[in-house]
Amino acid sequence: MDAQSSPPPALRLSDITKRFGSLTANDAISFELGQGEVIALLGENGAGKTTLMNILFGHYVADEGSVEVFGKPLPPGDPKAALAAGVGMVHQHFTLADNMSVIDNIALGTQPLLRLKLDRSAARAKIDRLAQDFGLAVKADALVADLSVGERQRVEILKALYRDARVLILDEPTAVLTPTETEALFKTLKLLVAKGLSVIFISHKLNEVMMASDRVLVLRAGKLSGERRTAETNRHELAALMVGHEVTPPVVAKVERGALLYELKGVSTARRAHGTALKDIELALHGGEITGVAGVSGNGQAALAGLLAGMEAPVSGTVWIKDAAVTAWSPLAALNAGIARVPEDRHRQGAIADMSVSENVIAERYRDRRFSRAGLVDWTAARAFAQSIIDDYEVKCPSPEARIRLLSGGNMQKLILGRALDPNPSVILANQPSRGLDVGAVAYVHSRLLEARSRGAAVLLISEDLEELLALSDRIVVISAGRLSKPSARGELSISQIGAMMAGHEAA
Amino acid sequence: MMDAVEILFTASFWVAAIRIASPLIFATLGELICERAGVLNLGIEGIMTAGAFAGWFTVYMGGDLWTGVLVAALVGMAFGLLHSFLTVPLGLSQHVVGIGVTLLATSLTYYVYRLALPEVTSPPKIEPFQPWPVPGLSKLPVVGEALFTQTPLTYLAFVLVIVVAWGLYRTPLGLAVRAVGENPGAVEAQGISVTAVRMGAVMAGSALMAIGGAFLTMSAFNSFFFNMINGRGWVCIALVVFGSWRPGKALLGAILFAAFDAYQIRLQQLSGGVVPYQVFLMLPYALSILALIVVARRATYPKALMVPYQKGER
Repeated sequence: MDAQSSPPPALRLSDITKRFGSLTANDAISFELGQGEVIALLGENGAGKTTLMNILFGHYVADEGSVEVFGKPLPPGDPKAALAAGVGMVHQHFTLADNMSVIDNIALGTQPLLRLKLDRSAARAKIDRLAQDFGLAVKADALVADLSVGERQRVEILKALYRDARVLILDEPTAVLTPTETEALFKTLKLLVAKGLSVIFISHKLNEVMMASDRVLVLRAGKLSGERRTAETNRHELAALMVGHEVTPPVVAKVERGALLYELKGVSTARRAHGTALKDIELALHGGEITGVAGVSGNGQAALAGLLAGMEAPVSGTVWIKDAAVTAWSPLAALNAGIARVPEDRHRQGAIADMSVSENVIAERYRDRRFSRAGLVDWTAARAFAQSIIDDYEVKCPSPEARIRLLSGGNMQKLILGRALDPNPSVILANQPSRGLDVGAVAYVHSRLLEARSRGAAVLLISEDLEELLALSDRIVVISAGRLSKPSARGELSISQIGAMMAGHEAA
Repeated sequence: MMDAVEILFTASFWVAAIRIASPLIFATLGELICERAGVLNLGIEGIMTAGAFAGWFTVYMGGDLWTGVLVAALVGMAFGLLHSFLTVPLGLSQHVVGIGVTLLATSLTYYVYRLALPEVTSPPKIEPFQPWPVPGLSKLPVVGEALFTQTPLTYLAFVLVIVVAWGLYRTPLGLAVRAVGENPGAVEAQGISVTAVRMGAVMAGSALMAIGGAFLTMSAFNSFFFNMINGRGWVCIALVVFGSWRPGKALLGAILFAAFDAYQIRLQQLSGGVVPYQVFLMLPYALSILALIVVARRATYPKALMVPYQKGER
């Protein structure tokens, strides 16, 4: 629908500016959302998308600027006012109470607090009607803890609809969904718009933006860097607007397949309270080859990564390194076997935030002759090593003495990569190596992994980003419910086939 | 040995058990409300002490018994306000603040006691709540005497179990209290103030703790003396876990503990000094730990318990 055709726009943001200390997260941003329109807010991590939406919903107060909803000014910093004005928000990290039922989560705050009885039957009736109208099937009496991620998102959307939201904001709604669930979500969005709602969704995935929006707003470093009608633009143009320059895909050179370096034969891991155990896994990693692991988060990736890193030992089956079966497996054994590790969560596992860069880079190898003598750390060698990584990997960092906490995500990741790749490891575990990084840093990480592959290393790349997997991997395996599919060569499977396998269906 | 078993079948034993349980019921409900809202209130021991003194002193100064209960509740709320102001908007450590409130409330109470009664050597007495047999019900066999020949404050404790259970599970406010202890972000996103709900819950809970303390000076005994709370507050913290944060189960826990306590007193008399009496004193605590292990191993904590919430922080 055309923005001009319906007089007051659903939303009007005027000159919104928000600063956090010296950082300007939003810089004089203005735009309008027409009634019945779907806007995609596109931008890299840290571009200011979420901040903007949090201002809109009243979680933050803008330093300057104002928001109007259907022509009426919205008081700042008050989620209650935003809800009353008809703005609903589906947060990236769901705001649901796990140990409460769906109905209680939705009814929370919708009835006068001092009423003597919560009217659950009225709530149930309304939820049922909305679920029917919008194709959002949920079990009203189930505990949220028992629901899948897709179902939880439906509950979040129902929460907004229950309060008669006219404008729906979705923050990275597809980040946690399988491709199938994503399609279902976009169908729901179409239905919402057909019933007169207006939608803003935040994303950094170009294909989704192209698929589901009427108009695209691109944010870069806190500023509105472009605005396009979706029908009149393409992915290349949007990517350039998002990053600020042309983006070229990584060049994957042809490399001969090398020797078998690491193998898992019939390996299962122990059940844990959190995370899925591996069941009877077969996996062979060859030199000069990147093996990509596709899957929805929580399907056993953590156990697989733990297995390579030595954090997890098999309960049955065997781990082979080159042609020797491993008997005692531990993090130290993995290090000694030459397995380099780029952990999933660089803040929690990859680095010790309040220790210096030099301390962090030798954290895995302070026992080496290189960094210690007679039980004393050789700080000169450690600092020299840190400085060499800073130089080689173009890490933006004041000195090797700086606390690693002060580094941005991209720079921290470069340091971790430098530490992992230093002595030419034979096997590299790269677990979500580009998560949360901007496009420039992602390209850098990718080129370094491809270099290691050219040198003859075997790389296991675990990622939730299918495009990344398809761009880099020589072979792809799909992990689902702790089981691993047979590897297939790149190009053998389409995205939708992989998506189906991620959802637990056998390859068609 | 036969006598030890026979105790369990005497009405006087159960009357004592219910009486001993009453202050625990008040204070456990109070702690339960705080924890359901995500705030661990370790000020409980001190707040009970303050409540015990405030209620008793009001009556001693000529106030009527129910006025004493009300004053105790208000004193409890005041300490609840202090506790929640430090832990909720300021987000300070709930452990440190709680222990601080206990120390402050206890010593402040003793100080005021000494200021008000500098000359006394033995604690002065008041006319406490008297047993009030419920017409009809108290004539029921077995349970009649145990449950329905108590003082009005005990009846209030039982009624409050139902009120709190209803409040938590059947009212919109209770929903907000439970949600704020599970995921404060969800409450904020639904337009309710996390700070208001949490502070309100801590104040209400602290009022109940203080009434629990007042029960001791105004119903179980008739005067105030130092150290009379004697760890009951800490027992209530354990009872909340034992009850898996549910009022009904917490009530059972309180009665169970009280029954152990009543039992050990009677066993002491039976044993005739053969065994040191401290062994019997220890009994209810030892058995509680055992029960806790059996019952509460799989208890699900309120997820946001002890997690401060700061608006706009990610």
